[in-house]
Parts: sequence; structure tokens; C-alpha cells
Amino acid sequence: MSKTIRPSARIGPLAAKPDTTVQLDVDALLDDPGTNIIVCCGSGGVGKTTTSAALALRAAERGRKVVVLTIDPARRLAQSMGIEVLDNTPRPVPGVHQAAEGSLDAMMLDMKRTFDEVVQSQATPEKASQILANPFYQALSSSFAGTQEYMAMEKLGQLRKDALKTGRWDLIIVDTPPSRSALDFLDAPERLSNFLDGRFIKVMMAPARGPARLLSAGLSMVTNALTKILGAQVLKDMQTFVAAFDTLFGGFRQRATKTFEVLQATETAFLVLAAPEPDALREAAYFVERLKEERMPLAGLIVNRASRVPMGTLSGDQAMAAAENLSTTYDADGSSGITAGLLRLHADRVRIMARESRLRQRFTAAHPDVPTAVIPALSTDVHDLDGLRLIGELLAG
Amino acid sequence: MASQTAHQTDWDSVRLHVVTGKGGTGKTTVAAALALALASSGKCVLLCEVEGRQGIAQLFDVPPLPYQERRIASGPANGGDVYALAIDAESALLEYLAMYYHLGRAGKALDRFGVIDFATTIAPGVRDVLLTGKVYEAAHRNKRSKNARHYDAIVLDAPPTGRIARFLNVNHELAGLAKVGPIRSQADTVTTLLQSPRTAVHLVTVLEDMPVQETADGIEALQAAKLPVGGVIVNMVRREELDETARDQAIRGKLPRKLIEEDLARAWVEPTKTLVDGLLSEAREHAERRALEDEQRTYVGELDVPTYELPRLSDGIDLGGLYELAADLCEQGMA
Repeated sequence: MSKTIRPSARIGPLAAKPDTTVQLDVDALLDDPGTNIIVCCGSGGVGKTTTSAALALRAAERGRKVVVLTIDPARRLAQSMGIEVLDNTPRPVPGVHQAAEGSLDAMMLDMKRTFDEVVQSQATPEKASQILANPFYQALSSSFAGTQEYMAMEKLGQLRKDALKTGRWDLIIVDTPPSRSALDFLDAPERLSNFLDGRFIKVMMAPARGPARLLSAGLSMVTNALTKILGAQVLKDMQTFVAAFDTLFGGFRQRATKTFEVLQATETAFLVLAAPEPDALREAAYFVERLKEERMPLAGLIVNRASRVPMGTLSGDQAMAAAENLSTTYDADGSSGITAGLLRLHADRVRIMARESRLRQRFTAAHPDVPTAVIPALSTDVHDLDGLRLIGELLAG
Repeated sequence: MASQTAHQTDWDSVRLHVVTGKGGTGKTTVAAALALALASSGKCVLLCEVEGRQGIAQLFDVPPLPYQERRIASGPANGGDVYALAIDAESALLEYLAMYYHLGRAGKALDRFGVIDFATTIAPGVRDVLLTGKVYEAAHRNKRSKNARHYDAIVLDAPPTGRIARFLNVNHELAGLAKVGPIRSQADTVTTLLQSPRTAVHLVTVLEDMPVQETADGIEALQAAKLPVGGVIVNMVRREELDETARDQAIRGKLPRKLIEEDLARAWVEPTKTLVDGLLSEAREHAERRALEDEQRTYVGELDVPTYELPRLSDGIDLGGLYELAADLCEQGMA
């Protein structure tokens, strides 16, 4: 048996290893007139909102007519984009460079208002006000865990319809809600539509429709149980709501299906965002797989806030050894403290970089065909158009 | 045990520790470290998660957690026990129905009619009542409880800062909906515990603009909901490798290049131009970041709550790292 000799430890940073990932060409994606919708998704805290805004600004300054739908932007970012007023209407962002004759509108999603507007546009005025006044509707529209996701998709449908009709926009960029899982916004519309289709609605409808003889033993047991758990008043509110909402269900379901189809069309591009952390990359991997399953067009992965590649070829261990050497041997010296500090900083950076590229390699190994762009961590926070521009440049590579 | 009485912490009277934080700040890591820290001196601690992410299992490198309390680690020094539980609304509801209404079989029928699905996903607020209700049940066991483990402390890895007040404020969520009825009285009972001094809601942040702002907003929202604010844990703090003078020099490009080159040579590292340029620019970026962090640290200080700091571990978090963080929390008096 021949004994293989393992190569000795690599000298120099890991990043020197040739990168095998396919580069995501962000500018090509933004410039492609066939791209009409870009959806940015990913787990919470990876910078979806900022990245969506940066993409939108870059596309606009490259000549696209863009509207960006943000979910919950940081206050200062919202202020700089002129959308701190939550009025559910896209407004022009001041300060966008006009040279390429593009434009940028931005809006912040108001889920309750979007829901109300849907009800008002679909029902007769009397019925609409009846629904809006229902306590169950009020709770549902302001706090149901999936309402935000559902309304984001609803708003996307509306914007697309507007864009087709008026020609005001040719690119819609959507930020997704900070769900507990990145998949929630895909599931929420379906969940709601399943619920509307489900037997449960029939249980609810039965008493409202009258004849008690329709109630089977099973149904009455269910209603009894619900009364026990929720109380009679809640049940009554729900029944009134369902009865009033009855005629709207079809429209809701239809639009949810339609939006789902739009998301599967080639005019749409999904960008999955992640930070170079195990949790975020795992979520990203789930999402990539899910998109494939649903036959939704994935444009690529954006790794946000990556550490910068350390300069030079000094390895982390070498730097640590040298730092150790300096601090034990030349302690009294004034400058060696600084030099030892610099070496430790370098070692730390090499270690973090190695860890991040290990994590990214793992992702690439599982999903080798996903084009990737990396945004290096900035040493400052982003809250104005210049900051967004910088991110856009970094994204484009 | 002597150590138990001598050990004074900032939260001795607290039984339920709720840990929240903006996404990406390491809230699950901190919750786990806190559970370990509380489990020192032979104490028994339950660590719960409610978001279906299986974050605890991944952190402790154990198989996915069921709706059942599982022992996952021993506490440091004089090892106590850390148990973990993944709470999901569906199981909580079925358990609740079986416990209070003896609806064993009927529970299954409810499931067939989509009622469970409805109650746990669509019905506003009900989900949160169920999740917090299970935490309440675990917190309210005492040594006399039959067939149930008694915990000295419970740590809840809760939803993120942006949703925490709403999540814990179950009462308010239901207010418009259920004015009376069993679900309402359940919510009332849970609220009594959550608003009592036996609960503390800790917020995890990192020293960046948005997370700190969200922490401040979160504290305000918690106070408005009369929920007891605990401490702020500043996570992933960079070590101070350069003192203030050196950082200032680094930003102005005035670090003593010649001396650094000499030092490197003395430490048997060849001071090439690339290397020294690299070190200096790395120092500058570090100093810039630190300056921003110091600014954020001042804001955190102004929040007027106890703060704790945890270092950034450059190799990432593993079980060993969790114990290190737990030791840091103990040292700073959090547990």
C-alpha cells in the first residue's frame, strides 16, 4: 500500500485559492429589458432592504424606470429616499442621477392599508364597510403572521398591473418581509388560499347559511370545540366575517394564483441574500432548493458583509507567532505593542476570512451552478444615496 | 452549596429570561450561552425556541428537537443540566386541548377540519398565546408537580426585536378579538407572568447603527407594553488590539512605519512593502470600525439598562465557544 504524503500546510490566505464559483453579473441582470421583476429574499438581518434599494438605484441610474417596494426600511434610509411617510404610494426618490434617463420611485408597504384597499376595490361599499368594521378582520389585517407576506405579493401584483397599463415602470424590485423563515412569503399566499378553500370555511359558513340540518355530527363537534376554546363571541365575529367575505374569496384566490405564476415567469429574477454565517447560508440553501422545486427563476446568490481579503501572504499562524514573539521579547519597547497589535488584527482577519470561505465553499459544493456576487463589509453604515451607490458598485464587481 | 449563596447576580429574582435581538446579531447564541451560564452550580435550566428554526439543535450539534424536553448539555463547573424544547403552536394546541378539555380524539378531528391549522396560523394572536402559554406552563411547575421536571430558570429564544413586544403582549393582540372566553383568560394568565418581575426581556445587539436603533425602539415598545426590560447584551465585540492613540494614528495614516518594519524584522517576518501596506490599511479599517462602534456604544450606554459584552469569536461558534461566552456572562454578573 503506497503511503500518500499530504501536502504541508498552505502558506498564505485561503482566498488565494482560485474561486470556482460562477460570478453573478448584476449589471447584465439590471440592464436586461426582459427583467421586469427582481425579488430579494433571505433570512432576517442579512441586508435585504438596503440591497434592494441599492439595486434599484443602480438600475435607475443605468436607465431603467424602477419602482422599489421596501418592507421595513431603517428610519434614516427611508428618510434619505423620501419615503418616511407611510402612505402606500410610490414616490420619486430625490437626488437620483438622470443622465441615463431612468427614474426611481420608492414606497414602503403598509399591510393594513393594502388589505383595506383590496377589500374596498372588490366589494360593494356597504359590504366593504361591514368587513372593515369586523373585529376579526381588523385583527387579521393588522397582525396575522402571514398578512405582511401576502400583502407584499398583493402589492407586487398591483404595481405590475400599473406598470403594464401606464408604462411608468419597467422594473419592479421587491424586498421581502423579515419572516422567521425566508420561505414564508412564498407560502403565505398559498396558505391563505388553502384556508379559503378548506373545509374550515365550510364549517364556519354552515350556521350562517341557515338550516341546522346541514350540520353533521362532526361539524357540530368542531363548532362546539371552537366555542370552548375561543368563546362564542369570537366565533360569531368570525362567522360574520366569513359570510361578508364570501364573495371576495374567489378574487383573492385568483390573484394569489396569478402572482405565483408571475413569480415563475422569465420576467422575474430571484436574488437570494445571505451573510457569510452558517444560519444565513443554510437558509439561503433551503431557499435555492425551494425555488428550483417551484420552478422559479433564480438569478443568483448575494453574499453580503463578507470580510475583506487580507493583504499579503502572511498566514494567521505566522502572524500570531510573530506577535507572541514581539510581546514576550520586546515588551519594554514602545512601538512593538503596536506591531504586535497589527499582527493580531491580521491573524484575526485571516481566520475569519478562512472560516467564511469555508462556509461559502460548502454552499458552492452543494449548488455549483448558482452565480454569486460578494459585497464586502463596509467600515461605515449606509443611510444615504451615496452609500447605496457604493453598494451598487461593489455588487457589480 | 456555598457557591450558590455567595453567587450574586443581576437577575437573581428572575425565573423567565426572554432573549430577543435583531436578525443576525446572534440572539440564539446568546440565549444558549445564558442557559449554560444559569446552569452552573447544579441548577436545572430549560432553553426553549418558538420559531421552528431548530437553531438550538444546530448550535449544540444534536438531532432536531421534538416537542419534548431533551437534555442537551451540562452546565459549567459543578455541572447543572440544560434541557431544550422546541415549541410549535400545533403541538401546544393539541396538548392544551388534551389537558384542559380532554379532547384527545376530538383534537384529531379538529385537525381534519383544518381547525388546528386555522387556530395556529390564521387566527390572529392565537399562535402567540399558545407559544407563550407553553413557556408559562414550564415556568409554573414547582417541586410538587407530578411527573414534570422543575426548572430553576427558563430561557426563551424569542422572535426578533421588531416583533418582540407584539409577541409577548398577547393580551393586546387578542383584545379586539376575544373579549371573554377561555383563550382570553389563558392570555390573561400568561400576561401576569410576563409582566411580573420574575420575567426579564434581554435584548441582543451588535455595535452597528440599525441593530442599536432597533434595540432602543424595542425597549420603548416593551416599556409601553409594561413588559420588564432586562439587560442589553452587546455581541460580537471586536477585541481591542490597538490603543486609542494608535487607532487615531491609523486613521490619519500616521502609524510609525519605520518602527513597525524594524519590529517585523526582529520577529523574523520579512517587512515587504505589500505586507506593511496591508497591515497599515487593515489597521485603518479596524480603527474606522472601532470609531463607529464607540459611537454606538455611547448610545447603548444611554439606554439606561445593564449592559454586557461578548467577544466576537473569529473561528465561529461551537460548543466550546458557547462555554466561553457563558463564562463571560457569569463574570459580568448576568448569571
